Amino acid sequence: MQGTARNGAFRHRHLLGIEGLSPEEINHFLDLADGYVELNRQAEKKRTLLRGRTIINCFFENSTRTRTSFEVAGKRLGGDVINMAVSASSMHKGETLIDTAMTLNAMHPDVLIVRHPESGAVQLLSEKLDCAVINAGDGGHEHPTQALLDALTIRRRKGRLSGLTVAICGDILHSRVARSNIALMNIMGARVRAVAPRTLLPAEIDRLGVEVFHNMTDGLADVDIVMMLRLQSERMHGAFIPSTREYFHFFGLDYDKLRAAKPDALIMHPGPMNRGVEIGTEVADDIDRSLIRAQVETGVAVRMACLEILTPPPFPPPQNGGGLGRGHGPPLP
Amino acid sequence: MNRLLFRQARLLDPEGGLDRCGDLLVEGERIAAVGGDLSATARDAEVVDAVGLCLAPGLVDMRVQLREPGAEHMESIETAGEAAAAGGVTTMVALPNTEPPVDDISVVEFLARRAREVRLTKIHTYAAATKGLKGRDLTEMGLLAANGALGFTDGVQAVADALVMRRVLGYARTFDLLVLQHPEEPSLARAGEVNEGEIATRLGLPAITPMAEVIMIERDLRLVEITGARYHVAHVSTGAGIEAIRGAKAQGLPVTCDTAPPYFVLNETAIGDYRTFAKLSPPLRSEWDRRAVVEGLRDGTIDAIASDHAPWDQDSKRLPFSSAAYGIVGLETLLPLSLELYHNGHLGLLELIRRLTCNPARIVGLPVGRLAAGAPADLLVFDPDVPRQISTDEFRSKSKNAPFDGRPVHGRVRRTIVDGRTIFRAEA
Repeated sequence: MQGTARNGAFRHRHLLGIEGLSPEEINHFLDLADGYVELNRQAEKKRTLLRGRTIINCFFENSTRTRTSFEVAGKRLGGDVINMAVSASSMHKGETLIDTAMTLNAMHPDVLIVRHPESGAVQLLSEKLDCAVINAGDGGHEHPTQALLDALTIRRRKGRLSGLTVAICGDILHSRVARSNIALMNIMGARVRAVAPRTLLPAEIDRLGVEVFHNMTDGLADVDIVMMLRLQSERMHGAFIPSTREYFHFFGLDYDKLRAAKPDALIMHPGPMNRGVEIGTEVADDIDRSLIRAQVETGVAVRMACLEILTPPPFPPPQNGGGLGRGHGPPLP
Repeated sequence: MNRLLFRQARLLDPEGGLDRCGDLLVEGERIAAVGGDLSATARDAEVVDAVGLCLAPGLVDMRVQLREPGAEHMESIETAGEAAAAGGVTTMVALPNTEPPVDDISVVEFLARRAREVRLTKIHTYAAATKGLKGRDLTEMGLLAANGALGFTDGVQAVADALVMRRVLGYARTFDLLVLQHPEEPSLARAGEVNEGEIATRLGLPAITPMAEVIMIERDLRLVEITGARYHVAHVSTGAGIEAIRGAKAQGLPVTCDTAPPYFVLNETAIGDYRTFAKLSPPLRSEWDRRAVVEGLRDGTIDAIASDHAPWDQDSKRLPFSSAAYGIVGLETLLPLSLELYHNGHLGLLELIRRLTCNPARIVGLPVGRLAAGAPADLLVFDPDVPRQISTDEFRSKSKNAPFDGRPVHGRVRRTIVDGRTIFRAEA
């Protein structure tokens, strides 16, 4: 993630992960995105900041939410968003991925948003491309925009991140969301806990700066934020946990387990939820405590901020109609 | 309330280090007092003269195959209960290899209900470590344990796949549960049915290298090292396997193990000319290994002795050696065969009783196996010295498959008591 200064506090050309970012950089994303949350609630949402810019959504793995969120974000800023779905089965490793990168590069995109089932694949692509790359999830490694949107969602409700205790619960072994969130919360001065059966925890996770718990009552004691993770269906029946019944009994979030947390503790989930597996319906839909729908709203704003920050401004600087970070968009041609 | 006073018995309580002559008072279902002379405090109690007899906690047999549900023609809860009572066993723990297997809460509850109906020896059960004992998918260990399963094992077969075993141990550790393993690398065990060596070669029987045991134990110990799970090796039978466990214990790993009487009273020569009653899994070993088992019991590496009770009907054993079933019945010979260790000078009586009572109770986490005020009145009265011959015809067990018919032994169970109720009394 090296690069020259591009936009204010952000020193990198790509957004590949949270690890390695500074608190100032993260705050820069969050501050800018905060303004976009308000903008998105207005009737007139269109900006021209990215007019003429090409944004390619390049997804090697199925996604509806993240892809749509980036697409909405890009279009609200006036960019041309192209969705490119590549089925993983038609893809092979190594050179084929690099061939894809070269092909895309020849189309001169300005931003490439990439999701890939293999950890490290997005970085490999970024090394071959001239444009900015945003990691929309690579294997079990990182999902930086999810962590940023989670952070903004918390900050908007709690007013801060530093000093909070956040419990991340569930399938941490396979979760890129967990890794990005653990990194971000540590950078911002929050305390992080990992709560899961041992079969769903990677080795030496404590070295990432988390306190490990194997039961929900201890793990949720006095926390401010309960972050539930999605349990992939292929993990449910025997390999890592015996059954959804047993998983919900011991690790699913319901009011009984939530009682251990602070009375004003808030509930989050990156979606899509498995109701009755990792989270009970009544908790998920609690309008006072569940932030799950707020996370989706914040997600679009965070991705607008990411696109703005990662797109170098043209010269001369735009005069009007631009994004929030630079005040104005480019003049009409 | 039922009051029972045992007078002038040799009281043996390994947990409390007690080995002296004295009285023991039972009130209702519990032991009320243990002491020198209790006759003054228990005037209205029924008095049992126990002069010259040993009074110990009832035996805790941590490895028994029940054939119910599924094969009641070989053994039922009733006949197993009667055999256990006659053998001085007051608590037994069943393996999950029934039909259906114990991999679901409903089967655990079924066994508990049947045990309550029969009201003889207390019956607990392990549950399967993997669904259907197939070695692939985890069972609902948390819920099964909450409903009474004492540990998790695939019974008479090992969890073969190392990754599955790692997850079994890791998941069990989440809830601090016990995992028990049949210590035999299945791909090696597939090669035969007796111990590899001269005897097998002369008989022309396909054989299993004794290293199949230590290979599985060593693999599992490495997995215990990374998961921290409580791990128990069932019926160890080789010197190499015992040495591996000795090292793991010295290292501080949460490891325990047991063995069964055939592995310290017999060696591979007991197969003789294809005696299927001596066909076991793991197989009877060399004399060197047998002595290593005795040494392991002596120095405490082997924590417990279990009967490894495996009832089979005649149709399963009256077959050519390679086709016959594995295992022998053991509930009624557990005490006299174990007493050979005492009579041969390998173990003191108190240390022997420790491996048959409080040690297995501690491993499976049951509050039994001791003589102490307030403890359940699960008791065994026995004569350690009376000479006799084992007669398989006298077995209460529905199956008679044991290679010990006619074997001269010392020692006899005189009375077995569960929760203050006498469930067995020998004819005088």
